[in-house]
Amino acid sequence: MDESVTVDYVLEMNNIEKRFQGVHALKSCSINLKRAEVLALVGENGAGKSTIMKVLTGIYQADSGDITYFGEKAIFKSPRDAQNAGISIVHQELNLMGHLTVAQNIFIGRECKGFFLDEKGLEKRTNELFKRMNISSINPRSRVMDLTVGKQQIVEIAKAISYDAKVIVFDEPTATLTDTETDVLFKLIEELKQKGVSMIYISHRMDEIKRISDRVTVLRDGEFVGTRDTDKVEIDEIIQMMIGRITYEQPKESSHVPADAPVVLKVEGLSSKDVENVSFELRKGEILGFAGLMGAGRTEIARLIFGADKKTGGNVYINGEQITINSPRDAVRYGIGYLSEDRKRYGCVLGMRVADNIVLASLKNYVKGLFLNEKKITEDSLEYKDKIDIRTPTVNQLLKNLSGGNQQKTIIAKWLVKNCDILIFDEPTRGIDVGAKSEIYKLMNALANEGKSIIMISSELPEIFRMSDRILVMSSGTQTATLPIEEADQHTVMKYAVQYSHVVSADAEM
Amino acid sequence: MPDFIKKIQLQKLLAFGVLVLLYITFAIFGRNFFSPDMALVILASAYWIGFLAIGVTFVIITGGIDLSLGTSMICSAIIGGMLFRDFSLPLWLCLIIVVLIATVIGIINGLLVTRLKLPPFIATLGMMMVTRGFGSIITGTTAKTYPSLLDETAWFAKVFLRNGSFPTGLIWLIVYFIIALIILNKTKLGRYIFAIGSNEEAVRLSGINVANWKCAAYAISGFSVGLGAIFFAALSTTINPGTGNGFELEAIAGVIIGGTSLAGGVGSLSGTMIGVFIMAVLKTGLSSMSLPAPFQLFFTGVIVLLAVWLDMYRVKKANEVKKIKG
Repeated sequence: MDESVTVDYVLEMNNIEKRFQGVHALKSCSINLKRAEVLALVGENGAGKSTIMKVLTGIYQADSGDITYFGEKAIFKSPRDAQNAGISIVHQELNLMGHLTVAQNIFIGRECKGFFLDEKGLEKRTNELFKRMNISSINPRSRVMDLTVGKQQIVEIAKAISYDAKVIVFDEPTATLTDTETDVLFKLIEELKQKGVSMIYISHRMDEIKRISDRVTVLRDGEFVGTRDTDKVEIDEIIQMMIGRITYEQPKESSHVPADAPVVLKVEGLSSKDVENVSFELRKGEILGFAGLMGAGRTEIARLIFGADKKTGGNVYINGEQITINSPRDAVRYGIGYLSEDRKRYGCVLGMRVADNIVLASLKNYVKGLFLNEKKITEDSLEYKDKIDIRTPTVNQLLKNLSGGNQQKTIIAKWLVKNCDILIFDEPTRGIDVGAKSEIYKLMNALANEGKSIIMISSELPEIFRMSDRILVMSSGTQTATLPIEEADQHTVMKYAVQYSHVVSADAEM
Repeated sequence: MPDFIKKIQLQKLLAFGVLVLLYITFAIFGRNFFSPDMALVILASAYWIGFLAIGVTFVIITGGIDLSLGTSMICSAIIGGMLFRDFSLPLWLCLIIVVLIATVIGIINGLLVTRLKLPPFIATLGMMMVTRGFGSIITGTTAKTYPSLLDETAWFAKVFLRNGSFPTGLIWLIVYFIIALIILNKTKLGRYIFAIGSNEEAVRLSGINVANWKCAAYAISGFSVGLGAIFFAALSTTINPGTGNGFELEAIAGVIIGGTSLAGGVGSLSGTMIGVFIMAVLKTGLSSMSLPAPFQLFFTGVIVLLAVWLDMYRVKKANEVKKIKG
């Protein structure tokens, strides 16, 4: 190996491959990291960012590929292995023990002097560490659960540094931070860089990446796309690299909704702790696509409309009439059906028959006296089985024996039996194979043609473009755009999806 | 921190208040309750519950539960009794074997939870039935007796129950309480037990072998059950096969009353001790008022419900505080 190359890089991950039960999460993914630099790692949802970082930190093992760390081949079999080598990660979800103190959290696993705990020593070491980091606002003896999220994040970072880390990975660290807290974090990263620490920074927010990173590496579908110097690259180019896939789907050219179609659902200024001031209209026969990155607040809007969460403001109108929805029960009464993104958990009862699942939401129409009217259940479920082509030999089959696509169709049938006119599809094709996908698409289009109105939440841009008549884009809990399909292209949508709006969020006052 | 500590202390203070109140109530209304003899009776019934409760406090703080306490106590005690009566082994050796059997049962619980990944509730529920059956099978469903104060081997009862009017058992319980206190609050084991109960995934990601430490908590619970078995044998002298069901609830109730959270991450042994004495006073007091056993069950249930509700309320409040601050 050419020596000049290896000396340049602190860390090189070459052709890393990782499969999870058939899902090819990483295919030949490569990353390299220089000394004392901040490398931004970007990519769409499912591009493999978090997965490759978990491989680096020993949480997952790669199926193939190799890691070179300070010029030597390395394999990290456990988080402890990686820590000992000087690689730490600040996780996306805070991973702290709320009932323990700050000092106890930071030095977990290293708390003993001899047989007994050394509390005084822990506090002293924490104070020294904080001094080095220029942090004075956190008491090492505070319970972590009593701290603000921002301070908890700093504790997490302090923990990462305390392992004498040479490489620190930040997995979307600012997702829950306020602007002031973010500034503190960035100053900290700057100081770490001065001290020679190398950092990998995963984020969706382009403005942040521009601000703190030296280079940007883009991943797409588990593969390395390219690396650019941050000061020489335009945000547009990064976005292009993120989405630059071959489009298998034929996008919709123009809206199929007649101009005079009545508005069935109108949402005005909808707000909650997760989303801010969302307004849109949904017309009869329209498919409205909700685009955005993970955590942008799309599912939250659906849950608000469906009455599963509490809203803090805003009005909902159905057919021009203002209504109040306090629970999913209310929503169903108004003809709104919600198909959860987590089908198996919220959507259906896998251990029951297809027929039972189909009539589950409308059971009261299937009772004769005290007993269930099995004959009517079978007749009606057969009707829907044929109508939307659920592939099962009989409706008495248990739902768990059906493929993902046919399970999804069964859930759709459930809401059709209930006579829902507004259907909210949350990631309708997640975990469904390609063939079944196009059937779901066909079915959704057929439903729209019949006059049903559909909101479709999807993280896959091609899907959004194939299905939607209009596209609503969300970013960080705010609505950044609503575009007719004729005016939208992938690039524009992605730009709005990564646009970090500085609208003050609910937790601004620390 | 001050708020948090205040909340724990509040429940402990409340529990202590209930203890005093119960004692005074029974002293007024109970027959002969307020007497040195009765104090000895209360203490004697507190010993075995105390050992069980101290042990299971470790498990509950990890966020787990051990429902096999009662039956595995009887299982190990009855096997010890059999070895003593039928195989004429020296009593001291039998007692050691009793502790060993209970410890092994504890370790099996730990392995079921950490290696086979069974939910603690189910794993220990299964072991509850297994140990209850096992003790009966081994002993051929016959009761086994331990020497009483009147026997020639009276040293047993003198050492573990009382010597004249001196409560020797109390000394053992206090010593064990102090040792457990040190382990839980001053050693790595104790720290990991709290940490696992607070956020198991975070501990795992910190490079710590969660399974082993969790298993240790169940082993401690088992060991404590073994000690409890000795004191139970000294108190009741006759061990009947197939009994022990429900004993675990007396111990677990004591732990919860003392402010240890079923959600894990929070707990204290001093609280557990207060809870244990509440259970003991309640037991003795109700019978001194000539109320039959079902009343005791009834009131224990009410107190447990109150304690659990208080625990849930506390957890909910704590979460609300976090949300507002977050």
